[in-house]
Amino acid sequence: MKPETHATAPAKDVLDPLDPHLQRRLVLATQHGLPRVARPYDALAAQLGVSPQTVLDALGAMLASGRIRRIGAVPNHYALGYTANGMSVWDVDDTALATLGPAVGALPGVSHCYRRPRHLPDWPYNLFAMVHGRDRASVLAQVEDIARLLGPHCRSHDVLFSSAILKKTGLRLAGS
Amino acid sequence: MSVSPPRPLDGPVPLDEADRRLINHLHEGFPLCAEPYHEAGRALGMDADEVLARLEALLARGVLTRFGPLFQVERLGGRFVLAALAVPEARYAEVAAQVNALPEVAHNYRREHRLNMWFVLATETPDGIADAIARIEAATGLPVFAFPKEEEYFVHLRLPA
Repeated sequence: MKPETHATAPAKDVLDPLDPHLQRRLVLATQHGLPRVARPYDALAAQLGVSPQTVLDALGAMLASGRIRRIGAVPNHYALGYTANGMSVWDVDDTALATLGPAVGALPGVSHCYRRPRHLPDWPYNLFAMVHGRDRASVLAQVEDIARLLGPHCRSHDVLFSSAILKKTGLRLAGS
Repeated sequence: MSVSPPRPLDGPVPLDEADRRLINHLHEGFPLCAEPYHEAGRALGMDADEVLARLEALLARGVLTRFGPLFQVERLGGRFVLAALAVPEARYAEVAAQVNALPEVAHNYRREHRLNMWFVLATETPDGIADAIARIEAATGLPVFAFPKEEEYFVHLRLPA
């Protein structure tokens, strides 16, 4: 754990905001969501038996270290009208991926782009690019853009449209 | 936390202008201060009560799936792995229930392909992935195709409401 973000911890209580145990308890206390009351961090502090400042410092430290990407809302993109979501998958020359992967990721409609393992013979694809749109035609148009960009480096591709959300909860620590 | 039943991909939900502004504002971040709902509302011309009431309604209607800290699992020592199953249609609902029963399954989507069930496993330790896969294979009798990310080229989901 890097100590750079808080040289001096407030002396209100004994718990250090950088303490991994405290951070873990904060994850457990907030993984279902932030309390929806006027003073949510006070509510967390009362629940954890620490001062509100310690909660703020610990969350700030976790944001600074990247353990928390952000505090915010996660929209259901279907409800927002982005009802078409296609996982486009591509069989690309391994030697070309280092340059083509970031180029595909930079296209405007692509939200996630990764290299993942093939499972031959069932699954020849090693590049995954998630494409969102308000309808399938707009997703397919973006897939065509990717195909053009990959050109002869791509041997085959497919688009897997989602047809139902079976579960969406995010991270769940079991607690202990 | 209850697991919601499989739901069809409903069309857009009607949102008023204030809901849209609130969603776009809360997508990017939330203040760390004593009264953050009040603070967030100031930028939107809403008081804290209105922010809370709208947030509650958006969560209840399923427009927002979550509101709170979003954890970077790998930085907490954990692991995220995309995985898939080829599920016989006749067993689809049964297998979905078996897979969703694992707390490690964070998302699960039906997709149109021979590999027709795609889910994300999120575990507290790297070892937890192999354990979760073994339990899914035991419960379903189906082989799990694991697709751990080998390289991340881009991640940013930004869909304006």
